[in-house]
Amino acid sequence: MIIDIYDKLTILSDSAKYDVACTSSGVDRNGKLGSIGNAVKAGICHSFSADGRCISLLKVLMTNVCIFDCKYCVNRVSNDTLRVGFTPSELAELTINFYRRNYIEGLFLSSGVIKSPNNTIEQMIKSLELLRNVYHFGGYIHVKAIPGADSELITRLGLLADRMSINIELPSQESLKLLAPNKTKESILRPMGLISTKIQESSTDLVKFRHASKFVPAGQSTQLIVGATPDTDHKIITLTEGLYKKYHLKRVFFSAYMPVAEHSLLPSVNTKPPLLREHRLYQADWLLRFYGFEAKELLDEQHPNFNLQVDPKCNWALNHLEQFPLEINKAPYEMLLRVPGIGVTGARRILTARKSSSIDFSGLKKMGIVLKRAQYFITCKGKILDGLKITSDGAIRALMANQYLLPSPYPEQLSLFNEPFITREDVQQCLTGQI
Amino acid sequence: MPDRTDLIYAYDGSFVGLLCCVFESYAQKEIPSVIRPPGVQQSLFDTAKWIESDEHKADRVFNSIPARISSQAQELVKLGFLTCAPHKELLIYQFLRLGFTYGSQVMTMLTNDTVCALQKAVHHLTSESHKFKGFVRFSVYGEALVAVIEPKNFVLPLLSLHFCDRFRNEAFMIYDKTNSMALVYRSQKAELISVDELTLPEVDATEVEYRRLWKQFYTTVAIEGRNNPRCRMTLMPKRYWGQMTELMHD
Ligand code: SF4
Repeated sequence: MIIDIYDKLTILSDSAKYDVACTSSGVDRNGKLGSIGNAVKAGICHSFSADGRCISLLKVLMTNVCIFDCKYCVNRVSNDTLRVGFTPSELAELTINFYRRNYIEGLFLSSGVIKSPNNTIEQMIKSLELLRNVYHFGGYIHVKAIPGADSELITRLGLLADRMSINIELPSQESLKLLAPNKTKESILRPMGLISTKIQESSTDLVKFRHASKFVPAGQSTQLIVGATPDTDHKIITLTEGLYKKYHLKRVFFSAYMPVAEHSLLPSVNTKPPLLREHRLYQADWLLRFYGFEAKELLDEQHPNFNLQVDPKCNWALNHLEQFPLEINKAPYEMLLRVPGIGVTGARRILTARKSSSIDFSGLKKMGIVLKRAQYFITCKGKILDGLKITSDGAIRALMANQYLLPSPYPEQLSLFNEPFITREDVQQCLTGQI
Repeated sequence: MPDRTDLIYAYDGSFVGLLCCVFESYAQKEIPSVIRPPGVQQSLFDTAKWIESDEHKADRVFNSIPARISSQAQELVKLGFLTCAPHKELLIYQFLRLGFTYGSQVMTMLTNDTVCALQKAVHHLTSESHKFKGFVRFSVYGEALVAVIEPKNFVLPLLSLHFCDRFRNEAFMIYDKTNSMALVYRSQKAELISVDELTLPEVDATEVEYRRLWKQFYTTVAIEGRNNPRCRMTLMPKRYWGQMTELMHD
């Protein structure tokens, strides 16, 4: 059987697609004469696939050969599947040719573990060196570090890439032991710590020596699988918060578990991916990063999972009605951000508009602020919205719940295709982070 | 100023021309109710006043914006002119009147109808141009890259810096079918030229092959169990599909 580049691309993109990190953000870099490409801090989506996800990078594995046996992964050694690999020059040609046509923002390179973690990283370094030094590629590169590789190799890899990630995948050590027997918490967290230190060193070096090369200038990220193990949202979001604080990660991505293998320790292959739960986690993640929330405000031991009917911010507000209603013309920025339905953009606009005149409800509408949820939590010039009748806290809860009515009993079990619970508004929220 | 409700200005459709309309209005102490670009149907008893373009007058108005309002306001006006807002001329004119009255504060008057409408139009423009940074699809013809777009706003001036920086060593053209204009970049120089029609030759085998590879990648990365066509449509509305390789029919 002759395997051409078309087949390789098919196999190696198919097995890379469960990595959900899609962004090309985090670094601005100008183009140079004699080279091709630049990088844009905000990130650019080049297309959207049929599942509604952003396509920004050519996301492929270098090879799907793997000596490890992670139970949740299509590339595990025990899976009987066709194994192929790109040569460094095939990969470089493909990247450059896609990039020239503006199909992509750059490359996302991951790999199965070939002979050993070190050997794998050496192959990846070879590919990226070719791309950067021979093809003079200045576009975005996201590379996956392989758990268990030497620090020296990870360092060299990081000098060629814009972003590096190591996926934790399973949120607890117990789950790791059961489902990823070749990985340990240690083998994942050690390189993560190394990358975080190198990033900090590199930024101080850059201050000292203007020409020091940059180590993953767009920072590092990771991914957690949701729904493959019994780990709660509380555990996941607390871990996430810890990762931002301790390792200064740029992003933590969540991936609703998509059953790819029958295994006694995993949900059955007929299980639908918990998309709504994944969505709630992303909302909570925005709250941690941009809205000044702490994980412990959102969930605790008594309430270990997010309410699927109400978004986490609204849920928080309903549990803290004593802090509302808020006067739009007086409330500080941090509190405006806590009003359900007012996002970062909205809160900033309110601050700006307050400088020239006081704001009423019609003004809020003109500024593009949706009152559907916000109306229950705010006053404008001391008045609540005309016609809004609120008799008690209980009434607010009831009204809010009405907006979110989901057919019972189990929203997760309904197909997303027939019952779009994730509304248009939800999707936009998740992309723009305006919650 | 006398507010003659029937006063109509007609100008040549250029930014300079529009600034001259503003100049004229202040010089004559009169307020136009319509500012008309060329090519718009005239009514039978049209008594439009023709405003001649004059670089000198335009400069005076343009330079007074940062001095009397703010440089952000100047930027907003420049961008406003590229938008597809209906009656964008009048909108910009009214915004400037407010600006010359209230000074830099005008930029915070987000609940004012004029300010709000102009900001919205500009937001539409910038978000469309951001989308096109990703959605533009080049085809390779010999040594040159060619793309066709059909935007609502005039986005080419905003795309120019981005693509010229990204493809410094290339020669490329982005043809804007809606506005009959093209951005042409070669030998490290960019220019905007007007192009009425563009007929492209057949593409070669290499081009056909890369299109095939890209389409295959596009189909393969989608996760079937997460299929969500509505969400895709929201993020990438159908009007863009016509010029995107992965969504074109063979
Ligand atoms: S090491 Fe990576 S590629 Fe290999 S089985 Fe585990 S998750 Fe899959």
